[in-house]
Amino acid sequence: MEHHVSARVNDFAMKLANVNGTGSASANGLILQAIFRMGIPVSGKNLFPSNIQGLPTWYEIRVNRDGHVARALDYDLMVAMNAQTYDRDVHEVRSGGYVLYDSSWPLDGSLLRDDVHFIGIPFAEICNEAFAEPRERTLMKNIAYTGALAALLNIDQTIVEALLAESFSRKPALRDSNVRALRLGSDYAQKHFTCPLPFHMETMNANVGKVLIDGNTAAALGCLYAGATVAAWYPITPATSVMDGFKSLCEKYRKDPETGVNNYIILQAEDELAAIGMVIGAMWNGARAFTSTAGPGISLMNELLGLAYYAEIPVVLVDVQRVGPSTGMPTRTQQSDLLECAYASHGDTKHILLLPANPGECFEFAAKSFDLAEQFQTPVIMVSDLDIGMNDWVIPELKWDDSYRPNRGRILSREEIEALPRFERYMAENGTQVAPRTLPGVHPKGAYFTRGSGHNKFGNYTETPAEYQEVLDRLLKKHRAAASFVPAAVIEGRGSEVGIVTLGGCDAAVREAVEILARRGIRADFMRVRAFPFGPEIEAFLNAHETNFIVEQNRDAQLRSMLTLETSISKEKLQSVLVYGGFPLSARHVVEQVVTRMDQTPVPVGARARS
Amino acid sequence: MPSIAKPRVAHPSAQLNQIGLKQRDYEGVMSTLCAGCGHDSVTAAIVRALWELSIEPHMLAKMSGIGCSSKTPAYFVNGAHGFNSAHGRMPPIATGANAANRELLYIGVSGDGDSLSIGLGHLCHAIRRNLRMVYLIENNGVYGLTKGQFSASADVGSKSKRGEANQMSPIDPMLLGLSLGATFLARGFSGDKEQLVPILKAAIEHRGFAMVDIISPCVTFNDHNGSTKSYLYTRQHQIEATQMDFVPPAREILAEIGTAGEIAVTLHDGSVVRFKQTPEGYDPTNRSAVSRYLEEHAGTGKIVTGLLYVNEAGPELHELNHTPAHALTKVPYEKLCPGSKVLAEMQQGWR
Repeated sequence: MEHHVSARVNDFAMKLANVNGTGSASANGLILQAIFRMGIPVSGKNLFPSNIQGLPTWYEIRVNRDGHVARALDYDLMVAMNAQTYDRDVHEVRSGGYVLYDSSWPLDGSLLRDDVHFIGIPFAEICNEAFAEPRERTLMKNIAYTGALAALLNIDQTIVEALLAESFSRKPALRDSNVRALRLGSDYAQKHFTCPLPFHMETMNANVGKVLIDGNTAAALGCLYAGATVAAWYPITPATSVMDGFKSLCEKYRKDPETGVNNYIILQAEDELAAIGMVIGAMWNGARAFTSTAGPGISLMNELLGLAYYAEIPVVLVDVQRVGPSTGMPTRTQQSDLLECAYASHGDTKHILLLPANPGECFEFAAKSFDLAEQFQTPVIMVSDLDIGMNDWVIPELKWDDSYRPNRGRILSREEIEALPRFERYMAENGTQVAPRTLPGVHPKGAYFTRGSGHNKFGNYTETPAEYQEVLDRLLKKHRAAASFVPAAVIEGRGSEVGIVTLGGCDAAVREAVEILARRGIRADFMRVRAFPFGPEIEAFLNAHETNFIVEQNRDAQLRSMLTLETSISKEKLQSVLVYGGFPLSARHVVEQVVTRMDQTPVPVGARARS
Repeated sequence: MPSIAKPRVAHPSAQLNQIGLKQRDYEGVMSTLCAGCGHDSVTAAIVRALWELSIEPHMLAKMSGIGCSSKTPAYFVNGAHGFNSAHGRMPPIATGANAANRELLYIGVSGDGDSLSIGLGHLCHAIRRNLRMVYLIENNGVYGLTKGQFSASADVGSKSKRGEANQMSPIDPMLLGLSLGATFLARGFSGDKEQLVPILKAAIEHRGFAMVDIISPCVTFNDHNGSTKSYLYTRQHQIEATQMDFVPPAREILAEIGTAGEIAVTLHDGSVVRFKQTPEGYDPTNRSAVSRYLEEHAGTGKIVTGLLYVNEAGPELHELNHTPAHALTKVPYEKLCPGSKVLAEMQQGWR
């Protein structure tokens, strides 16, 4: 064998090819968690099919001591556990890499590559001998390869066993089977192969104060902490786990300790039209309420988002983006709902968007959504995506400030209503563009007729152009005013002639790309947009750079479109880097496209000066 | 929706209810519906029922969708919040509102287009949730605001103003409700306030989803010969299947209830629906008997009216969800947020 990979500690990527519905997800999660506990920066990306059982599914793990954990495209190791996909899986391993496969059956000679090492372990045979039940044999195969990987990659086996003991603390028999399978895999690898492989792991100390959490759970936590009491939803991938998470949190933390009643209500709606309607009704009545959905749900919610916008009713909506259009690819990730969310509904409408990049921001922004929605009496959409929402991420432990109190916006009290000569619903207060509202059940003088039909500033029906426009124009000013209250863009680096702009879950890959580009002599400043409406810092950054590459995961350059629509920046200054096939972004995608463009376009003076 | 203020004239004979309000205090702005519209009679019946029950105006929430019917919440109880939402979407909005604050009385006014076409799915699920609200369908068989198209409640053979006959079978909200497990079903006629007011009062006191289908003729587009939802046709074909009295708890006179041959249903608050007259063998608490009776009359061209079915035992939305007896909006934030210490503890499990 001529080909070798270099010896590397805590810097490699592997891919696990499995059949979905066979229990591999738990085993892969176990590996991720064990590496996390070894204190090594790590990420796991689940590339799964829209299916319950029997189709190919992949899981990618990247460890990187420098903390770069965006998706890697070069795999040092392929754990090929799915004969259906051997062909493509074997092809994806980098030259000199390794393939771990189940040698219970001979490998088709045509699959062999002479630049790759094959490690055959008869997992099925081993498990068939050791376990009697068919389902157990299938499940334990996964734990057996976990054991083999522990040996091959130097994953601390005591940590893995401790994790199994935690998972099965109430099922000792199951724990014993798992530990047995783990050791069978590990022992076999130790006995037959040189362990560890040239690339492997060693304990670090990078995960102190960090946790492993997915964005949907974090979003649910944000809603819990913000004090949401009403949640309405319709099941949809990949947003379902937001509400599953909210439900289990509420069952634990929202049962009234004195009375035992539920201080929350979760309504599974008949469709997304109803889900958003329920949120509108609850918010109109003064509760904090939210819904979670994905692109197809946003399409259905367009109608009532317009009502909430025009009637000025707060709404909180979590959109976990998946691949569109139409049903698209429900289990794949994309950032293609931006325009749909920003301008949802017919007529002139604009909504506040918050764009989290990781579970930490999902928590923070979800809570903030309620304050913004109530402050501005308008829908706020937190636009997350499948990669952030459904994958486990290593992030700094979530913090909560106990001095936080909800910003309920301008809601008139009984006494304030009493003191008014007359309540006029859409009359803005002291130049804020926000008109105080009243809640039902407080005072008859505060009563008004909420409507989606034309109305004037007094809240009365109108078909008079000037009266109609007066309200509509204030709504635009109100939207602009929100720019000072939404999270500002993250900007790193100054003075380069190239700017790289991105959003959401592209963050890690783009940061890594910026470092790689710098090593290649292309110096670029970084900006991550975190909200819409855009703050002044965004336009200033774009203006300060000769060329801005806008990196996003959709075909139509939606963020770039919004930047051209909503700022005075000239289109020519904005170039697109678009990756939208459905898998999380990798730094390589960005580097390759930027380098190609830089070669094509005249290089700005100074951009390559400091190589 | 109009904003024409009605002149406030104090009538010397205006009677006060238990909370010291006159019937006029339950009125709204001037109607802009066509003169003679059945919906205005329904509005009058609502005003009367609310006044008689001494409902506090601000404790009422008036919900509607889009259409002629959905304009009417502006025409009663100025002192109550109203929500004229989007076509067909009133049930979910009312569901969310009720989820947040169960202390208000919710009256939804809808029409046959709103409820039986564009919002049919929502109506079905509001019934399934047994959402506590009064849900009125002002049923005239046509789309008025768009000038006379058939709605889903138009009977087979009923003729439009242009003479075209409807050929598709109608959706009967009463049979629909029965099949979905509705807990309160009544049908009235806008031209019969005597019957409608007690029905509305019972609907208001019902613990759950109270659906009242009210035949409310459209004088402009569906009141001609050949229509089965005209004033004349309805008067000629109405069968008042049940007659009932609503006896509120405060005026309960035990001696008058439960006499032989009568059926009395006690509502959760102690008020009583006393059926004075029902067809022989008809039991308004027996779902299959009611279903049989309605099925028998469905094809005959007769319009069966009255409080047709009531089941006070079914749990409503909040009971199903074990929420507090008061509004969720009254739970203080301190009880809702578990705080930083719990957050830190919880994260121990995510390592």
